[in-house]
Amino acid sequence: MDHQGPSVLTALGLQALFDSLRHRGYRIVGPKVRDGAIVYDDLDGVADLPQGWTDEQAPGRYRLARRDDAALFGYAVGPHSWKAFLHPSVQRLWTARREGDAVTVTPEPTSAERFAFIGVRACELKAIEIQDRVFVGGAHIDPHYRARREGAFIVAVNCAEAAGTCFCVSMGSGPKVEAGYDLALTEITEGEHRFVVEAGSEAGRQVLAELQAHAAMDGDLDAAEAVVQRTAASMGRQMRSDDLRELLAANLEHPRWDDVADRCLTCGNCTMVCPTCFCTSVEDSSDLTGAESSRTRRWDSCFTMDFTHVPGGSVRASARSRYRQWMTHKLSSWVDQFGTSGCVGCGRCLTWCPVGIDITEEVRAIRESPSKQGAGT
Amino acid sequence: MAARRRKPRLGVWKFASCDGCQLTLLDCEDEFLAVAEALDIAYFPEATRAAVKGRYDLSLVEGSITTTHDAQRIQDIRRRSRALITIGACATSGGIQALRNFADVREYASIVYARPDYIHSLATSTPIADHVPVDFELRGCPINKRQLVEVISAFLAGRRPVTPAHSVCIECKLKGNVCVTVAHGTPCLGPVTHAGCGAICPSYDRGCYGCYGPMESPNAPALSAKLGELGMDQRDLTRIYRTFNAGSPAFRKESERNGP
Repeated sequence: MDHQGPSVLTALGLQALFDSLRHRGYRIVGPKVRDGAIVYDDLDGVADLPQGWTDEQAPGRYRLARRDDAALFGYAVGPHSWKAFLHPSVQRLWTARREGDAVTVTPEPTSAERFAFIGVRACELKAIEIQDRVFVGGAHIDPHYRARREGAFIVAVNCAEAAGTCFCVSMGSGPKVEAGYDLALTEITEGEHRFVVEAGSEAGRQVLAELQAHAAMDGDLDAAEAVVQRTAASMGRQMRSDDLRELLAANLEHPRWDDVADRCLTCGNCTMVCPTCFCTSVEDSSDLTGAESSRTRRWDSCFTMDFTHVPGGSVRASARSRYRQWMTHKLSSWVDQFGTSGCVGCGRCLTWCPVGIDITEEVRAIRESPSKQGAGT
Repeated sequence: MAARRRKPRLGVWKFASCDGCQLTLLDCEDEFLAVAEALDIAYFPEATRAAVKGRYDLSLVEGSITTTHDAQRIQDIRRRSRALITIGACATSGGIQALRNFADVREYASIVYARPDYIHSLATSTPIADHVPVDFELRGCPINKRQLVEVISAFLAGRRPVTPAHSVCIECKLKGNVCVTVAHGTPCLGPVTHAGCGAICPSYDRGCYGCYGPMESPNAPALSAKLGELGMDQRDLTRIYRTFNAGSPAFRKESERNGP
């Protein structure tokens, strides 16, 4: 095909996309059913996709469920996010070896892995954009993130299902993908099972040109638009977001922080599953002989005591101060630091909090009874 | 590297315990040879009959204090040790035998033993740190061998060991595990439990049993409310906090809050 507009692929055509990506040397990663959830893992082909499965989500609860159709992307988002591949949970930074009085330090080489991500959602594209700003957008470039990020090919999918914990519409981050993808799919299950495909980059156009895709008709485009509209209208959660920076900054002593501290486990799950949380701790190790040592960084959380440990103890010793730090950073001071909110409304922190703390509910409680020192009005 | 003038002298001491944590040292296999190379193993009844009097640069202490004799013996070991590190749930929280702390030991002894007057147990099982200053506590029932090697390596290098006190949840998430509580409805103590095991049980689809004791800032009442929703009654809750780390303050308090 040689037209530049939206195209239509069949399920068979989707397998051709996998084959094309593999032929180009990509490691294909995407959704599959494992351990009672839809996780992101290596995929051999279309047959690995979670066909006919969906997810039911509520604060503190996730369950797989059967769909009554054969949709391949008929779920929302699962426990994993793409940061596990772009910003791995554990990354060695260097190793050192001592021989006699000489010490040789060997920096860890950057990854040569080229990922093709299948099924990236609009909120996840926003999250990747936010992490880009953190890792490669400033004066200090992270070479490991950059290597993995630059090599990645992104196949996005417009959401056809909103989970009970989704609120991307409130955060202006979905459900329709807008930018940052190589190819974007919209899955249509009414009538013939098909995918409307749009290329968002030169790499995407080249791959699409090789596939047996035909130009999309008006009927295809209308059906694709209807999918996104339906999803946007069925968000499980809402959170007014235009004034969050000011609202939270003006309510740092709100009694709600004590209330949430009673419920918060300080386990760190919300930060681990958050697709934008980027904090790490750096750990040094040495072997028994003292001849070999290494430095590793791993995901850390502002909910741990070590996170703010200084001589004399932790700066944020209470659960109240740690939850407040996380939420005000995510929704308020992130804007000061990076120019956008740190929240994309994916709902993972609600679903994967073992006790179901709902960030939209915490904001609502503060909004409904702002502190006397107040948000102004 | 210039040869050390003298290898640091290691003692491995046993109090009330099952020996499992000491055996972790032997279980290190390849690393154990490196330990034997780096340290002069002067006292280790599980591995050698040699017993060397004198001072120890590093003492690893397993087990809890349950007799007056042991309460005195640990004082002597502390005096003879430059660094004293306790290993395992018994040494750090009193172990499973701290269940006696919730009961009347004399009554039990009268039922179990033909001659209870021969039994000279203390009324409680207590961690080593209740009796002498401890330089570092390594948690677990049993301890993790990778963490034990890390603690010894850190001692030899004069650095702080990397044994985070955060929740088991963080270990699950670093491994990419799917949460057994959220996705399966399985009760799990991971959110209130100290990391270190590598999240073994959740990795095999089971809930965490709290073998490493309380994490740094446990909110057990909040977790208990969730476990209640998942079907555990107050008797279950009392029991789940009352296992290998029953004597740890956070687990003890929560078990007593839920029942006698």
